[in-house]
Amino acid sequence: MITYSFLQQYWWFIISLLGGILAFLLFVQGGQTLLFSLSKTEDERRLLVNVLGRKWEFTFTTLVTFGGAFFASFPLFYSTSFGGAYWVWMAILFCFIIQAVSYEFQSKPGNLYGANTYRIFLFINGLLGTFLIGVAIATFFTGSDFAINKGNITNQLAPAISTWQNPWHGLEALLNIRNITLGLAVFFLSRSQALLYFINRLNNEALETRSRKQLLYNALPFLVFFLTFVIWTILSEGFAVDKSSGVVFLSPYKYFVNLIEMPIVLLAFLIGVVAVLYGIGRSLLSEKFKAGIWFSGIGTVITVCSLLLITGYNNTSFYPSSSNLQSSLTIYNSSSSEFTLHAMSIASLLIPFVLAYIVYAWRAMEKNKTDIEDINNDHHAY
Amino acid sequence: MEFLNASLVNWSKAQFALTAMYHWLFVPLTLGLGVIMSIMESLYYKTGNEEWKKATKFWMTLFGVNFAIGVATGIILEFEFGTNWSNYSWFVGDIFGAPLAIEGIMAFFMEATFISIMFFGWNKVSKRFHLMSTWLTVLGATLSALWILVANAWMQYPVGMEFNPATVRNEMVDFWSILLSPVAINKFCHTVLSGWVMGGLFVIGISAWFLLKKREISFAIRSMKVAAIFGVIASLLLAYTGDGSAYQVGKHQPMKLAAMEGLYEGGNGMGLVAFGILNSNKKAYDDSNNPYLFKIEFPNMLSILACRDVNGFVPGVKNIIDGGYQLNDSTKALSFQEKQIRGKAAIESLTSYQQAISKKDTTAAAFHKEQLKENYAQFGYGYLEKAEDLIPNIPTVFYSFHFMVLLGLYFIALFALVLYYTQIQKIENTNWLLWLSLLSIPLGYVAGELGWVVAEVGRQPWAIQDILPVQAAISGISTSSVKITFFLFLFLFTALLIAEIRIILQQIKKGPEVE
Ligand code: HDD
Ligand code: HEM
Ligand code: HEM
Repeated sequence: MITYSFLQQYWWFIISLLGGILAFLLFVQGGQTLLFSLSKTEDERRLLVNVLGRKWEFTFTTLVTFGGAFFASFPLFYSTSFGGAYWVWMAILFCFIIQAVSYEFQSKPGNLYGANTYRIFLFINGLLGTFLIGVAIATFFTGSDFAINKGNITNQLAPAISTWQNPWHGLEALLNIRNITLGLAVFFLSRSQALLYFINRLNNEALETRSRKQLLYNALPFLVFFLTFVIWTILSEGFAVDKSSGVVFLSPYKYFVNLIEMPIVLLAFLIGVVAVLYGIGRSLLSEKFKAGIWFSGIGTVITVCSLLLITGYNNTSFYPSSSNLQSSLTIYNSSSSEFTLHAMSIASLLIPFVLAYIVYAWRAMEKNKTDIEDINNDHHAY
Repeated sequence: MEFLNASLVNWSKAQFALTAMYHWLFVPLTLGLGVIMSIMESLYYKTGNEEWKKATKFWMTLFGVNFAIGVATGIILEFEFGTNWSNYSWFVGDIFGAPLAIEGIMAFFMEATFISIMFFGWNKVSKRFHLMSTWLTVLGATLSALWILVANAWMQYPVGMEFNPATVRNEMVDFWSILLSPVAINKFCHTVLSGWVMGGLFVIGISAWFLLKKREISFAIRSMKVAAIFGVIASLLLAYTGDGSAYQVGKHQPMKLAAMEGLYEGGNGMGLVAFGILNSNKKAYDDSNNPYLFKIEFPNMLSILACRDVNGFVPGVKNIIDGGYQLNDSTKALSFQEKQIRGKAAIESLTSYQQAISKKDTTAAAFHKEQLKENYAQFGYGYLEKAEDLIPNIPTVFYSFHFMVLLGLYFIALFALVLYYTQIQKIENTNWLLWLSLLSIPLGYVAGELGWVVAEVGRQPWAIQDILPVQAAISGISTSSVKITFFLFLFLFTALLIAEIRIILQQIKKGPEVE
């Protein structure tokens, strides 16, 4: 039987999966922060811009779909977080607005601000976009500062249902070191993955050698920040929910307990981490190994997906309020109605087809590796 | 606690209007130019004539530049529902979110995937696969228009939902009635066609420029032919669906229709204002001043438009506020005061229901729930203070509407003339028509923006018709935050727009490339 609670869990899984895919695709952003440091000549830089430029739409579209799906399945989150942590989300959005035009505009004559301006836009998107998304996701573990009272809607003077309890509207998340470690981990991860992607895609020896060298300097900080965040999280209290009464309370080692109580998620998490490390490690050790991006990419999807799962499953609050515990959001109290989740689940059956044509199209386009020749021969190259 | 104030509401409205209107500068061209270049590529596929390929590629380059900035302005709109209309996002998110999610899954990925084959796949995939990718890119764009317009139509005419007092929100009960609502279907057709008209205007205008410069003659005439035929068909259908839109407005949003026509005192067999100037001395809806300084009317046309009946009754602003006239279902229209009383009662029932629930008093809860249900259709009126709150800005809506319609009729004539002159093969020497075509490009943008002003300003004060006024849809943030982001958007989008226009002009100057 498809019950309401099954649908809620199904949609939390979809959201987590989209989050995982997004984290992987952020390699485009990571690559954008390497445009200047990795390349020595204009040709090399163009090459990097172009191989990333073939993929940026996917990251962007995944972000948009992640937002749309979150809105449709857990509207109270959408309403509370976006309307409350206004400044963090606005900053993220600005980073993505400037990205969307930059590939198309940077190489075109008459672009007014010069190619470098647009490449700096790409750099900013890569730097702040990844870091801030990491910080925002970290608040799923550390909590935010809001209160919800649905009854407010009948109050004509102050009808807002969700209210943020401090005037910083999200910027306060940047004061929490645990949030920052995840932000930095995402940043260095996306740079590492970009390097693996370059190693895989490019037919250019100089860039490949430099990518391998850079990989070490990015993978190490990634590991340090990622492990710090994970260990810190496992040792911390988490936001647990009493199943029958819906009361939210702080429970020690909650996220660790979740992993133990959901062995499949634990297994997925471990496999994901190992895959990421394998992809990076083998690329560092062997000059011939070019498939690192596949291991670390799929590993990232699985790891991030399982991290998000432990914030929502097993009687946990996925968007906790640290100042007003009982306002915390769970997948049960913030979801859409059963009818809507049902209708959307039917729509979600399209996802495999979408994935299939994406894979088909990528393969049709990428039979060969890319070099400067290709770019120079391409009428539409960026 | 941040209290509601009028300036927060106004700045939030301004920010949404700004970003939506910027988005709408780019979307119509994506929709219209996309179809035109797909037609050209189909001609290339069929005839093997390289000239068609050259033309396709030229228009495709312009499409790409325009598309990029369309995407940049779109992302912000989606998230603004959360950032600036957070109450709205909860109150109707159960219905409103689904189209946005489906749009992402169904439309945006299709666009993103096939656009990269369209741009980079010329030498990598077969001719046939390439053609299919171009059409699928456009189909993706059109599907994205479909879903967002379904969402928008639902705000204008909320159907397929029920209010649930326990969750304090509206919940979807019928997906198909939302998707297939006549307002949604009409809106989709009219809006997509307006994009097609925009595409036609753009292509004949730019081609005219080449002809005036005596450059790329064969390419320009070729493009003009395709665009003129396409434009004639699209503009005729646009007028037809525009009439359908007005009929739907008359049925579901009588106040908007009254504002579109500047109609204060309605009646039977009303005329349609062809041309009019409003009297700025008309201060109150019920003063005795004539609303017009001057007007020319088509007799009985408004009744036909709104009721499909020569003698149909069309209510004016005053009638809608005073009530008492016969509705279609032969009940009497309620006055504003009656609706307001019911609205306040509904809000009170909701409060009492919540109190009963917290006291675990199930009988009282059931009672208040029933009371609420009875008055829910007027829920939003409980937030309004006075009758005047119900009236949108009439001059804005009136002039926007009339100018849009005028332009719509003008475009039909323009496309017909261009088609005629291309058919008799005299277009390249008909300079006045070439100039007219070139100068008409901006008018297409103007008409489209005005259309949205009619639709969106005309539905004020409602975010959701009759259910939720804009002031209750708000987020709990400070006015100064919204002001800052407003100016950041204004600055950023304007800077990007200027760059985009310059790039487009440069690409046009360069002309189509031979390989
Ligand atoms: C090239 C642009 C263009 C042109 C020439 C016209 N329209 Fe239009 N119109 C639009 C572009 C547009 C639009 C931008 O697509 C709108 C805004 C919202 C919508 O649904 O479509 C719109 C809205 C709109 C509405 C309001 C719908 C609502 O509130 O939901 C009406 C009644 C009309 N139109 C009627 C017409 C008529 C009778 C026209 C005569 C030929 C016409 N339009 C030409
Ligand atoms: C892209 C084309 C669109 C344009 C140019 C446009 C234009 C506008 C304008 C001018 C306003 C301000 C009205 C006022 O302040 O009096 C507005 C408000 C608004 N529109 Fe639109 N609109 C567009 C599409 C949409 C769509 C598709 C939706 C919903 C799916 C939507 C939802 C809203 C909302 C929520 C507001 C703010 C609340 C309000 O003022 O009513 N708009 N829009
Ligand atoms: C106010 C509500 C709207 C929202 C939230 C919205 C959202 C978006 C988003 C997020 C994108 C970028 C998608 C990507 O990643 O590729 C986009 C692009 C697009 N939107 Fe909108 N949109 C709105 C209004 C409209 C309207 C009214 C139409 C058409 C009738 C439309 C048609 C399109 C199309 C065709 C694109 C493709 C890119 C382009 O603009 O050239 N949108 N929109």
